[in-house]
Parts: sequence; structure tokens; C-alpha cells
Amino acid sequence: MSELSVNHLLGIKYLNKKDIELIFETADHFKEVINRPIKKVPSLRDITIANIFFENSTRTKLSFELAEKRLSADVINFAASSSSVNKGETLIDTVNNILSMKVDMVVMRHPNPGAGIFLSKHVNSCIVNAGDGAHEHPSQALLDSYSIREKLGEVKGKKVVIVGDILHSRVALSNIFALQLQGAEVKVCGPKSLMPHYIESLGVEVETDLQKALEWCDVANMLRIQRERMDLSYFPSTREYVLQYGLNKKRLEALDKEIVIMHPGPINRGVEISSDIADSKHSIILDQVQNGVAVRMAILYLLASKI
Amino acid sequence: MSQKVLLNADEINITLHRLACQLIENHDDFSESVLIGIQPRGVHLSRRLEKILKEEYQITDLKTGELDITFFRDDFRRSEKTLQANTTKINFLIEKKKVVFIDDVLYTGRSINAALTAIQSFGRPKEIELLTLIDRRFSRHLPIQPNYRGRKVDAINTEKVKVNWVENTGEDCVYLVNK
Repeated sequence: MSELSVNHLLGIKYLNKKDIELIFETADHFKEVINRPIKKVPSLRDITIANIFFENSTRTKLSFELAEKRLSADVINFAASSSSVNKGETLIDTVNNILSMKVDMVVMRHPNPGAGIFLSKHVNSCIVNAGDGAHEHPSQALLDSYSIREKLGEVKGKKVVIVGDILHSRVALSNIFALQLQGAEVKVCGPKSLMPHYIESLGVEVETDLQKALEWCDVANMLRIQRERMDLSYFPSTREYVLQYGLNKKRLEALDKEIVIMHPGPINRGVEISSDIADSKHSIILDQVQNGVAVRMAILYLLASKI
Repeated sequence: MSQKVLLNADEINITLHRLACQLIENHDDFSESVLIGIQPRGVHLSRRLEKILKEEYQITDLKTGELDITFFRDDFRRSEKTLQANTTKINFLIEKKKVVFIDDVLYTGRSINAALTAIQSFGRPKEIELLTLIDRRFSRHLPIQPNYRGRKVDAINTEKVKVNWVENTGEDCVYLVNK
């Protein structure tokens, strides 16, 4: 097994276990590369990548752009807010216009679930999904699993709880697929109103008591409350959410073990996680960010080799 | 497929000792020099030379590393298979050091060309030399020649030089294989 089974990265759902292992092994080598005095390799010097973001992003966009530049790819950036999308241009037309400038790969974030899949069927380019609505965010799930593997040795057999806004989270869905594929046990924890109705059909247990979930797990992945996707009120008040589902020092001290704390960012400090915990030795939040570049370099390298 | 022995275990042992002595002639106590094995196959040769230099010639201050050139190769997206990387282990800066690249077979010179670029990620060396166990003359695509060679071989393109080490195949032997 020396190549990916897919030509696009649309979601974890389309990957197999060997793909994930290959991405992680390749990311190990890129992690060494990005810690060299000169952090750049020439592998993708004849590849042009368009980063097309129809939705706001800070770290994913920066991380992909840095990964592309570390691989020596030519990079063009496109933000929907300052583009002809506002003049009524369709997604396919927008992307085809960009591709006619001889672009080889497209990294796209879009508010609509399935946008990446749709695009991969209609344009002739390699598509990397950088988040499609509340559907999938595969590169985030891969870097999360990679960070667990780095911290705990392996993902298999580990107990991971994903806490918070599962309903609106693409990170949750991709993480569930990725963790299960690697043999981890997954629970979700949060208010019932923020649980999708199909969640149990994914083989995931729901726990509404955060303390019980923390006692069970090896790793807690705290998600952000996605107010921008909420069309109505899903819980009475932020204060009540913090009381029931906010992770703080008191909750961790009540445990008889140490657990690993993760967060995909951006953090709402004092809401899903308190500042002292976010900055504590339990937290691998900044490791996740560094690993994100190495994992995205691996994804782009492996996909580019199939172009 | 037929094959003939180019170097047997005894001949490899003698050759490695000769190469070690030649290195000592040019690098003295190795305080300003580093040996870099080129992944994947050069590292076996590099480790053998390291062992000889340390155990038989008492070179105590010997810095060695392993360099993977996969991400610097010029045939990425030009070969059918995805190029898979190996581990790079260079835990020191090579700034102003004399670097000796070590590889088992010098054929087209493209691997060494990639290594010349890759090593620059670790600093600016004072000079770079090349040591190779087998030098396939007349097969070069680039103007690259070894400073130290174990054996010159005149082989045609349908032939392959196969270097076996005890560490990975259970025997020390170099074969010329007719594909």
C-alpha cells in the first residue's frame, strides 16, 4: 500500500484504515521537515493550488496555505466575500474559471454540506474538502487523530468523548468516522437539543452528564458552540451551558486520572473550556495546530502524486 | 534471470576497511566532518563504516546522520507509484562541516543530486564528498562522481546491481543481476 485509495479528500467516510495509516506515516516525515532550520521541500513545485473559501476560516486556511508553501506549490487565494460570487456566479462557473488558469488542486470550504462532492463530479481537478457546512472536515479529524496517536501512542482502543455542539459540527462527524475506523471508542456529550437525531445510528453512545463522560474517557475533544449556524435557541443561556458542559479545573481535579484535552479552535474561553485548562499541560491544542500543517502536507503530497 | 557475484562477504569486509582508512586520511579525527547515509540503502553502509571507524580505529567523536531525499526527488509525479518517504535523522547543524554522503550504488546520479539540495535544509556545509560502494560507470545522467569508491562496475541498463547486507537479507554480498 503506497498510495491513497481516493483521488479527492471529500470526507473521512470515503477513506479506509490504510489510507489513514499512510497519511500519518507521511505526516511523521513532514513533521520532521517542518522542524528543520529550512522547512521547505520542492515536491509540489509544478503544482498550483487554489484555496477557495466561501466561509470564514483562520487556522484551516493558514494551515493549508502554509502546508502548500512548505511543499513549494504555487498558491492562489480566493475569498467569496470579495468575489464575483456576490454578483451571482455559480459555484461550478467560479471554480471552472479558476481552473482555466491551470490550477491543479482546489482546497474548498463551503457552507453547504456536500459542496465538495458536487464539485468533484463537475470539475476536472483534485478537490480537498476544508469543511462543508455541518457535514465533514476531514483534515481536522485527521490531525486530531494524529495528535492523539502522538500523545498516547495509538488511537486503537482509546476512549474519546466529543463534547458540545454535535448537531452543527462537521468536526464531530469526521472525528467519529476517523476514530471508529482506527478502532477507538467514541461517545458524544452535550445537551439533547444539540444532538443530531441519527447520532446513535453511527454507533456512538450519547452521554448527557459531562462528569460521567470525563470519568469514562482518555481524551476529551471540546467543541465550540456554533452560534453562526444556530437559527433558534438550543439552550436557555450561555451561563447554563457553561455550568453543565463547560470544562474547568474543578471537573478535572475530581477525576482520579489524567486525560488529554483537545479543541479544534477557535476557543470560546470561559464557555466550553476555561482558560486555565486550555493553557494547561493536559491540553494539546497547540500541538494540534502544529500537527495540522504536517498532516495537510501529507494529504496534499499524496493527492498530488495521483494527478 | 541470472546473477553473478561482484563482491563476496570477505571482499566487502576488505573494501569497507579500505574505505574507512581513506576517510581517516582525509578527515583526521572527524571533529569537523559528518557522515550522512542516504536513505534507504545507504544507511546500512554508513552504519557499517561508523562501526569500523569507532571500534577498530578509535574515532570517538564521529557524527553520523541519515538523510531521506524522497521529497527532493525529481521524479515525483513521473513514476507510477507514490514515492514513500523514509526517516531523516540529523540531530546537528552541518554549518561549516565537511559532509560525506554515503550510498551503496552510484548509478544515474539523480539521488545524489536530490541529496545535495536536501542537505541544505540543515545548514551550509564547508564541502561535500561522496562515498559509494559500487560505482556504475557510464550510466550517469548528471556530472556527479564519487570521491571514494569500493568497486567500479561496467553494467548495461538491463542489468541491476543488488547489494545485500546481513542486517536486511542475512548475507553480505553484491550481485550483478540480469533483469
